[in-house]
Amino acid sequence: MKTDPFIIVRDLTMAYGDYVIMRDLNFTVGRGDIFIIMGGSGCGKSTLMKIMVGLKEPARGKVFYGDLNFWEAVPDDRKHIVQNIGILYQSGALWSSMTLAENVALPLEEYTDLSPNEIRELVSFKLSMVGLAGYEDFYPAQISGGMRKRAGIARAIALDPDILFFDEPSAGLDPVSAKRLDDLILELRNSLGATVVVVTHELASIFAIGNNSVFLDSETRTMAAVGNPKMLLENSQDPKIINFLMRGETEGHLR
Amino acid sequence: MKLRFNGPTDGVLMIRLSGNWQIGEDLSSPNEVKTKLESETDIQRVTFDTKELTQWDSSLPILLLKIKNLCSEKKIYMDSDGLPRGANRLIELATAVPIEKDARSVEENKTFFSLVGAETIHFLKSAKEMIAFIGEAFLAFIKFLSGKARYRRSDLFMTIQGCGAKALPIVSLISLLVGLILAFVGAIQLKMFGAQIYIADLVGIAMVRVMGAVMTGIIMAGRTGAAFAAQIGTMEVNEEIDALKTLGISPMEFLVLPRMLALVFMMPLLCIYADLMGILGGGIVGIGMLDLNMSQYYIQTKEAISLNDLWIGLFHSAVFGVLVALAGCLRGIQCGRSASDVGNAATSAVVTGIVSIIVATAIITVMCNVLGI
Repeated sequence: MKTDPFIIVRDLTMAYGDYVIMRDLNFTVGRGDIFIIMGGSGCGKSTLMKIMVGLKEPARGKVFYGDLNFWEAVPDDRKHIVQNIGILYQSGALWSSMTLAENVALPLEEYTDLSPNEIRELVSFKLSMVGLAGYEDFYPAQISGGMRKRAGIARAIALDPDILFFDEPSAGLDPVSAKRLDDLILELRNSLGATVVVVTHELASIFAIGNNSVFLDSETRTMAAVGNPKMLLENSQDPKIINFLMRGETEGHLR
Repeated sequence: MKLRFNGPTDGVLMIRLSGNWQIGEDLSSPNEVKTKLESETDIQRVTFDTKELTQWDSSLPILLLKIKNLCSEKKIYMDSDGLPRGANRLIELATAVPIEKDARSVEENKTFFSLVGAETIHFLKSAKEMIAFIGEAFLAFIKFLSGKARYRRSDLFMTIQGCGAKALPIVSLISLLVGLILAFVGAIQLKMFGAQIYIADLVGIAMVRVMGAVMTGIIMAGRTGAAFAAQIGTMEVNEEIDALKTLGISPMEFLVLPRMLALVFMMPLLCIYADLMGILGGGIVGIGMLDLNMSQYYIQTKEAISLNDLWIGLFHSAVFGVLVALAGCLRGIQCGRSASDVGNAATSAVVTGIVSIIVATAIITVMCNVLGI
């Protein structure tokens, strides 16, 4: 299935000071895609996500949202892009001094003129979408890690954004919770029509939800492949990609 | 536990390992092997005999790895067939992934001038960050005055409660004791001249003009400044600040502004309270030790303190409020992403807060002296 280009990454180089993490990244995320950023631990997946959402400046290269070059856009345009992005952080990153309802309500209070009653209704609806109806008055410290992630998703979708970023959504979750989270991501893409970018190295999630992906190779410090993860597994000739996608089980005979 | 050699015979050196090779034992050094390999130039192969080896743990593979490196340096073949299977597996595991050379920190030859240069660059960078932070805080304050600042009122009231009402017990205790100490110090000298009534002047002027504000400032730097740094630092660690930024909410307005306002509002009030407690402490010494009566002490204090002294004290406290809040929030925002960074941020906030209070006191005192107030 071919989709319209939506997020375009061109010649991107990421670095911490003089230390280059990844160079010459080129890929396109189509509208409605569930795009996976995959690779081994510490290869720079989360840093790439931070650059794409505006938290870290790239050493070189461009990130386009539609026709707008994010890092060269005027502040108003950049703010408009950011408003259309919802992010689930690795730790959930819920504001610990606020209840779940207040966490989900904050984006609505900031960017809409809705009345407190309308906001309350929306917050309850968003929390119920992620299976947390009734937990409105709980603080993040009072709920489990999986629930915190789901509450983080409720906050990320508060403004019905066009783009959703998920940083290691299943990290630290048991297999059943991880599967539920994958189903939720698929459901959100289908119901909200959002474009989803997922940073993960969980194979089950990669194959269950991803229809496009980029593989970051920490040895060569650049991308090794772009494409549907299932197709990569079937067609790729690169032993590193096959090895990664088969959980290292080919390691013996590849050598 | 022993390491012995057989040979070399026909270019083969056999290393015999015996006894216990465990952490905590007095282990043999690879230097013996190194010396042997260097002294015998005809060695082409190193083998092992471990028949007398009883128990071993990680200390054995560590030694074997060192021997392996020595052999590869000297292009000698290391035959590991005679080693325990587990030890061979551990060596394989440890050498499976090659060393990432770029990842290791490079030991630079640091000369005096390079150290001075690095410190200067670090200082200039910190100064730049601090000036940028003060500028952003000022802009946030202007936005607050124009009613456009985005922060939660409930956060402001919670912070006011935290750094105001909840600080009363510690401010009471410290100020009372400072008043007592000042009175004790003065009492010994003044009693010699029969001028003990001037204890009220000494304590009253000192507390109201500067000591009340300084003591409150130092208490707040240790109590509230550190708390601000730890709160904001923890938010940095938990990606909560990233979440604010990506939502387009300025952490300056949302986090720093309420904390700064709360301290600026509360510090003058706490300062007045500290002044009263200090005077009370002085009164306890005056009445209890120097046979002054309560009305004498009250009248003397009232006559000694001018409204100027009170204003100067309040000015001190408002400045200290800004300094403590800025130091706490700045160190919190600058915090890294680990638990130890949060601790460092809190420590640094207290140090910065107290140093800036002392420097500000000196500047204000000189200014008052020049202006004659």
